[in-house]
Amino acid sequence: MTTSLSDPSQQHQRREHGLMLALVSPALLVILALIVLPVGWLAWQSIYHDGFTLENYRRVFTEDLYWRSFALTFEISLAVMVIALLLGYPVAYLANSVPKGWSILILSLVVLPFWTSVLVRAYAWLALLQRTGVINQFLRYLDVIGEPLALVHNVFGTVVATVHILLPFMVLPLYATMQKIPNDLMQAGASLGASPSLTFMRVFLPLSLPGVLAGCTMVFVLCLGFYITPELLGGGRTVMVSMLVSRNVELYNQFGAASAVAVVLLLCVLAIFFVVSRFISLDRVLGQK
Amino acid sequence: MTMRQSFRLGCALLGAIGLTGAADAAEQITFVSQGGAYQQAQTVAILDPAARKLGITINQDSIPDAWPAIKTQVGSGKPIWDVVDTPTGNCLRGGEQGLIEKLDFSKIPNGAAMPEAYRSPYSVSYEFYSSVLSYSQKTFPKDAPNSWADFWDVKKFPGRRALRNHPFATLEAALMADGVPPDKLYPLDVDRAFKKLEEIKPHITVWWTSGAQSAQLLNDGEVDMEMAWNGRVSAVAKEGAKVAFTYNEGILQSTSLCILKGAPNLETAVKFLNEAVDPVHQANLPLHIDYGPGNPKAFETGVIKSERAAQLPSEPANAAKQALMSYAWWSSPAGEAAEKRWASFMQK
Repeated sequence: MTTSLSDPSQQHQRREHGLMLALVSPALLVILALIVLPVGWLAWQSIYHDGFTLENYRRVFTEDLYWRSFALTFEISLAVMVIALLLGYPVAYLANSVPKGWSILILSLVVLPFWTSVLVRAYAWLALLQRTGVINQFLRYLDVIGEPLALVHNVFGTVVATVHILLPFMVLPLYATMQKIPNDLMQAGASLGASPSLTFMRVFLPLSLPGVLAGCTMVFVLCLGFYITPELLGGGRTVMVSMLVSRNVELYNQFGAASAVAVVLLLCVLAIFFVVSRFISLDRVLGQK
Repeated sequence: MTMRQSFRLGCALLGAIGLTGAADAAEQITFVSQGGAYQQAQTVAILDPAARKLGITINQDSIPDAWPAIKTQVGSGKPIWDVVDTPTGNCLRGGEQGLIEKLDFSKIPNGAAMPEAYRSPYSVSYEFYSSVLSYSQKTFPKDAPNSWADFWDVKKFPGRRALRNHPFATLEAALMADGVPPDKLYPLDVDRAFKKLEEIKPHITVWWTSGAQSAQLLNDGEVDMEMAWNGRVSAVAKEGAKVAFTYNEGILQSTSLCILKGAPNLETAVKFLNEAVDPVHQANLPLHIDYGPGNPKAFETGVIKSERAAQLPSEPANAAKQALMSYAWWSSPAGEAAEKRWASFMQK
C-alpha cells in the first residue's frame, strides 16, 4: 500500500489523530500550567538562590533531622500499607463473591468516607481516640482499664486515621483485579479435587497479586505525602517529610530549603513507580484498569 | 445594540473606571491583617474610625502568614500592599532585609510617644497577646499551678501537659522554670533552656501547632495544663469550660504595623500608621476582642473600664508580671539558630 496523502484511510486516521490532539490539548495545557511548570520552578529554586547552590541538598543528606523524618515516613507508610492490605483484601474478596446488589453496597460503603473532608475525619478520630474520647470512656466504663490509654497524639493515632483515609485506594484496585479472575478457574480447581482453601492459595491469590501490588503502591505513595493527619493526630512528635517541607519554609525563609526536601520525596516516589513498573503496567496502578 | 455602540459603551465604562480609580488613588491604602474575628474587631475599633478621621479609603486584605507574601511582593518590585499587621519579628527581619520601610517618627507622633520597647525603627506595636500558663479548674480546684516552675513540677502538680510546638515563648518559659527572672531573660541561654525542656519532655502529651488545637485540648480535658494564648483560654472559659490562666510569668508578645518597601501609597500609609496607634482607637480594640492595645497610653484614656483592663495582657500591672518577648533577639543569628535547633529537639 502506498502512503500517499490521497489514501483515504490514511487521511481519515490523520484527521482522527488531529482531532484527538485538539481534544486532549486543553487538559494537557492545564497539566503543563498547574503541575509541570510549578514542579519545575520548585526544583529550580532548590538549586538556585543568588547563584547555583547545593547547600539545600547538603542539609537534607547530612543532617540527622531529615534522615529521621524520611525513616519515620517510610515506616509509617509501610505500616499503613500492610494494615490496609490486611483489612482491604477480605473486603474486596467479599464484594467480588457476593451478588451484584450486595457488592455495590459494600463498595459504596468503602467509597462513602471519600466525600468527607480529611480534616473532619481527623477530628472525628480525635473524638474517638483521645483521653476523654469514646473508646477510652467505654473501656473505663467496662472496667477493662484503669488509666486511659494513649491512643492518639502519637504514631498509633496517625496510622489508624491514615489507614481509614487510604483504605479505598487499596480496596478498589483489588476489586477491579478480582473481577477479572474467571470463575471457571475456581470451578476447574474444585473439579480436580482441590479444597476451597487450596484453590484460593494456588489459583485466586496468585491471580489477584497484580491488584495487591497496584493497591499497595497507591497506598504507600499517597501515605508518603500525608500532612494534615500526622499534624493533627501525631502530637507534634510525629514529624513526617511533608511537615518538614512546611517547617523549612518557616525556618529558612526561602522556598529553596523546602523545595529540596520536596524534590527528594518526589524522586523517592518516582523510584517506587519505576520499580513497580518492572512488574506490572503502570496503567494498572494509576488507571485501576 | 450595534458593534459600534457597544464599543463606545465599553470605552465609556473603562474611562469611568479609570477616573474613579485615579480619584481614589490619592487617598487610599491597602491594609493587611490576619482575618477572622480579630480583623473584624479592628475594623470596628480602629480601621473605620481612622478612615473617617483621615478621609481616606482603607482597602482590606487578610492572610494568616504575611511573611512569604511580603517577600514576593517587594521582590517583584511592585508591592500592592501598604500597611501590614504582622508578628513584630517579621517587621524587624523585613527591615534588615530591605523589605520594610524605615519609619520617620517625626511624622508619627503617636508612635514616638510610645515606650522604646514598644517600637523599632521599622514598626510600632499594634496589639498584645500573651503566652500564659492555663489549667483545668476541674483538676486543680485550688492550689493551681502559678508559675513555670510549677508547670515543671510533675510531683506537686500531676497531670497531662501540653506546650506549643515552637521555640517562641517555650524557651522563655523553660528558663523561668529554671529560675531566670522574667526581666533578665535576654539574650536567652539556649543550651540551658533546651536542657530544662528535656526534663519536661517525657511529661508532655501534646506539642500543639495551632491556637485552635490548644483550645480543643483544654476544652476536652485532653490536658490538665498547658501554655496557650490568653485569648484562646478566655474564649474556652466563656463557653463554659472550667479553665483558667495566670498572667504570672506570661510571655507578652505583639504584632506590629509596618509598611512595605516601595508601598504604592507611602504618604497615606504613614498618616494611617500614626492614626492606628492613636490612644483612643487603640483603647477601643479590647472592647471587641481579648487583645490588649499596642499603645499603653490607651489605658489612660478612660475608655477601658478598670475591670476590663485587669483582664488584658498589656495592662501595666499585668505587664509587670510578665516577660516582654524580645523580637530583636529572636531575629538575631542566635535566635534563628535556636529556632533551627527546635526541629531536632522535637524528633529525639
